[in-house]
Amino acid sequence: MSAHQADDPGSRLETFSGNRGLQIEEPLIFEQDSPGHCGVDLPEPAPFHSRLGGLERQGPIGLPGLSEPQIVRHFTRLSQKNYAIDAGLYPLGSCTMKHNPRLNEKLARLPGLADIHPLQPVSTVPGALELIDTLAHWLKALTGMPAIALSPAAGAHGELCGMMCIRAALEARGDRRTRVLVPESAHGTNPATAAACGYTVDPIPANATGRVDRAALEAKLGSDVAALMLTNPNTCGLFEREILEIAEAVHRAGAFFYCDGANFNAIVGRVRPADLGIDCMHLNLHKTFSTPHGGGGPGSGPVALSATLAPFAPLPWIVHGPEDLEFIEHKTGAAENSLGRLKGFHGQMGMFVRALAYMMSHGSDGLRQVAEDAVLNANYLRTRLADDLSLSFPGPCMHEVLFDDGFLKDTGVTTLDFAKALIDEGYHPMTMYFPLIVHGAMLIEPTETESRASLDQFVDVVKALAAAARSGDAARFRAAPVHTPRRRLDETNAARKPVLRWRPEPVQREAAE
Amino acid sequence: MRYLPLTAPDRAEMLAAVGVDSIDALFADVPAAARLIGPVDLPRAMGEIEVERSLSRMAARNVAAGSVPFFIGGGVYRHHIPAAVDHLIQRGEFLTSYTPYQPEISQGTLQYLFEFQTQVALLTGMDVANASLYDGATACAEAVMMANRVTSRRRAVLSGGLHPHYRQVCATYARFVGFELSAQDPRGGEKLARLIDPSTSCVVVQNPDFFGEVRDYAELARACHDAGALLIVVVTEILSLGAVRPPGAMGADIVASEGQSLGNALNFGGPHVGLFATRDTLVRQMPGRLVGQTVDADGRRGWVLTLSTREQHIRRERATSNICTNAGLCALAFTIHLALLGETGLTQLARLNHAAAVTLSERLELVPGVRLLNRTFFNEFAMRLPRPAAEVVEALAVRGVLAGVPVSRFYPGNAAVADLLLVAATEMTTAEDMDRLERGLREVLS
Repeated sequence: MSAHQADDPGSRLETFSGNRGLQIEEPLIFEQDSPGHCGVDLPEPAPFHSRLGGLERQGPIGLPGLSEPQIVRHFTRLSQKNYAIDAGLYPLGSCTMKHNPRLNEKLARLPGLADIHPLQPVSTVPGALELIDTLAHWLKALTGMPAIALSPAAGAHGELCGMMCIRAALEARGDRRTRVLVPESAHGTNPATAAACGYTVDPIPANATGRVDRAALEAKLGSDVAALMLTNPNTCGLFEREILEIAEAVHRAGAFFYCDGANFNAIVGRVRPADLGIDCMHLNLHKTFSTPHGGGGPGSGPVALSATLAPFAPLPWIVHGPEDLEFIEHKTGAAENSLGRLKGFHGQMGMFVRALAYMMSHGSDGLRQVAEDAVLNANYLRTRLADDLSLSFPGPCMHEVLFDDGFLKDTGVTTLDFAKALIDEGYHPMTMYFPLIVHGAMLIEPTETESRASLDQFVDVVKALAAAARSGDAARFRAAPVHTPRRRLDETNAARKPVLRWRPEPVQREAAE
Repeated sequence: MRYLPLTAPDRAEMLAAVGVDSIDALFADVPAAARLIGPVDLPRAMGEIEVERSLSRMAARNVAAGSVPFFIGGGVYRHHIPAAVDHLIQRGEFLTSYTPYQPEISQGTLQYLFEFQTQVALLTGMDVANASLYDGATACAEAVMMANRVTSRRRAVLSGGLHPHYRQVCATYARFVGFELSAQDPRGGEKLARLIDPSTSCVVVQNPDFFGEVRDYAELARACHDAGALLIVVVTEILSLGAVRPPGAMGADIVASEGQSLGNALNFGGPHVGLFATRDTLVRQMPGRLVGQTVDADGRRGWVLTLSTREQHIRRERATSNICTNAGLCALAFTIHLALLGETGLTQLARLNHAAAVTLSERLELVPGVRLLNRTFFNEFAMRLPRPAAEVVEALAVRGVLAGVPVSRFYPGNAAVADLLLVAATEMTTAEDMDRLERGLREVLS
């Protein structure tokens, strides 16, 4: 394959360096090794007798040596190959890619919050307990739930925590149930979590309006069902209108109602999950509460729990004592029924600081406005794109809007091609091929931190691309993206012959043969 | 509100464009009974000044590690983070990007994760590493579950030298995921080979162990392999691998580690970064994301997320783990710090840490009534005090010295460990800090 092929729309003028303006080729750090070089200057220790007992490392590790300017340039160049919210609209549905306020970064780095150790005497960290308790208070007020488990490290970890609490509660009443109901539109983590918790996963179909088929759900409910795991608003961007009836049916069957709170951004400050009959819901602090996604983490996944589930919450607990906050690290006293520890230490403190700063900045009035603007922005996109793309379901949406590939029928352009063409236009694509219940899904979540001008620009681009697809210009889409640091990558071969690390040259050549 | 770009006229015009007369119309699907009429009972919006004042007040109530002589370790270590690390990880292109699902515009994240995987593999002496997990404790539990899958067995033997939080996390997963644990009393160096039986999927040990002892697990590895079980080695102080023989050289099958020591602040215990490495032959049973090398349509080298058919977003209930998010930005901090150190810097930093701990141990051993329990150690060791260690630590905290970790914090009511104190020294520990601890200990124990 060559970029010089005349019929390849991706063909561009080659440069002598391989660089293209601001897109600069950057080798691996291992390929820039200058043995003996170092990016830090450390003192020499005074002579001492080793206490390693003869277990010293033998031979070199193989790490490259580089100076600080080389390192700074390396990672700066790498950063320039990434799309980011700071640089533009990031309409990934169900991911809530909103602006990350820099105040939160500043506060998370205060020495009194970042430079404290989880095993310091509790008497030396009252401010940390106060901060965590304050965060819990806000989350309880916003969800209406009586308890919050803060230690889960991410959304999927929160799901695991919630399902463990449910199983513990069932076991405590001597009730061994085996099935968990999960809608077909659910995030992949839901069935994976239920399975990890020892349950059989039973899928529930959607109805013609993109919501749970209540009749199908009720038909599957029975005395062996432990829980329903439902995302609300769901992954089609729709509010489950019959949620109160669903909750009642689930409870009537003796099961628990788990809600995936990934989409809480749509309703924060306007609806309290407790008022929907939910027993348990995780919150992604890295979605609704703006802690940075950081290229895929770290996250934080606190879980809101009903009074029935609260006694099983994982350690540690912070409780209000007669004078001060008390820190419970073992299954004793009030926490004797706790399911135990889910993670080392006390949770993602650095994320707690950022999320609390975000909530305090908005206040209760601002958080309500967050939900309203997120929903308004999504509906604005829905309205403006309705004639150009194909809406999967009619009516208003919540914080995200779902299209399918109906408008691409007979064009030779796929959802993937369309997404890659958006990249050439300077946008991160929407979520593609998810949820699985519509064909060639395109799930768009603009979030509340986009201006109207930003949405209008995006609309213009999407309309132009849709027109280009309809006009038969499929080759342009299939070649896209061409204006990126890399064009489409060969994922099949990457999986067939995995190269998962750098190795020195001769070995690498052998492996390639 | 400074984070919301829509103006009141924008909202009015956009509602008109949508064809509704109020925002409430867009929430019409919410059952009437569940609609909140006004804001939740919480404080109203605050400016930057007020928020900063409020959180700074909470921060000021804590004793920051850097403000006192500080000797606490126990799985989280206070090290110097070069200024370039925090500067680089705050570049918006790293900080505010998502998981690299669109590789053409995520090569920055993908390339550093490939570098991270390579660094972790080199450090641990293993073939391959993944792109990180939440933390060391969850990495350990994931390692046990992977061993169960690989061996089709479901009983794990846990050393008493394994970090107690790691043991507790394994116990939680064991109960709900459905496997058995045989956990030993809190001390290291047991004859674990005797505990291996045909149902044993793995033996989990730590190096240096929770009490600081550096051990050779080569013989145990052979015993595991003879019995068809895997050896999992946990490392909670990753810097030790700048000086100590790596688990891969001892025959480990899986290494589950905490990577906080490189690039990441104490953060009261999180976020940190879980490291996970194994052998080539086991890679398809690994949990978590993996980055692989490939080529693009022009034949140029690039990187992608790969072997995703192990993962939840493809395989759903049949995935190797339910994990989605990893610790991307913490992994980046690790990668940058280790890149700055390089071979020379890492080994030098490890030597400095070991030297500091050796010096400190020699001084504390001279305090009447104090006994060093370790034969070997890296930068942390266990001492037996003539009194309950928790009391001594509290008394020293009052004197402005954070002396270490009383083992009883993890094992309340266990008389055998009540007098044990774990003491860590790093490159941040000064001679004056050591003076303060030694003097304080003499006073408190006299």
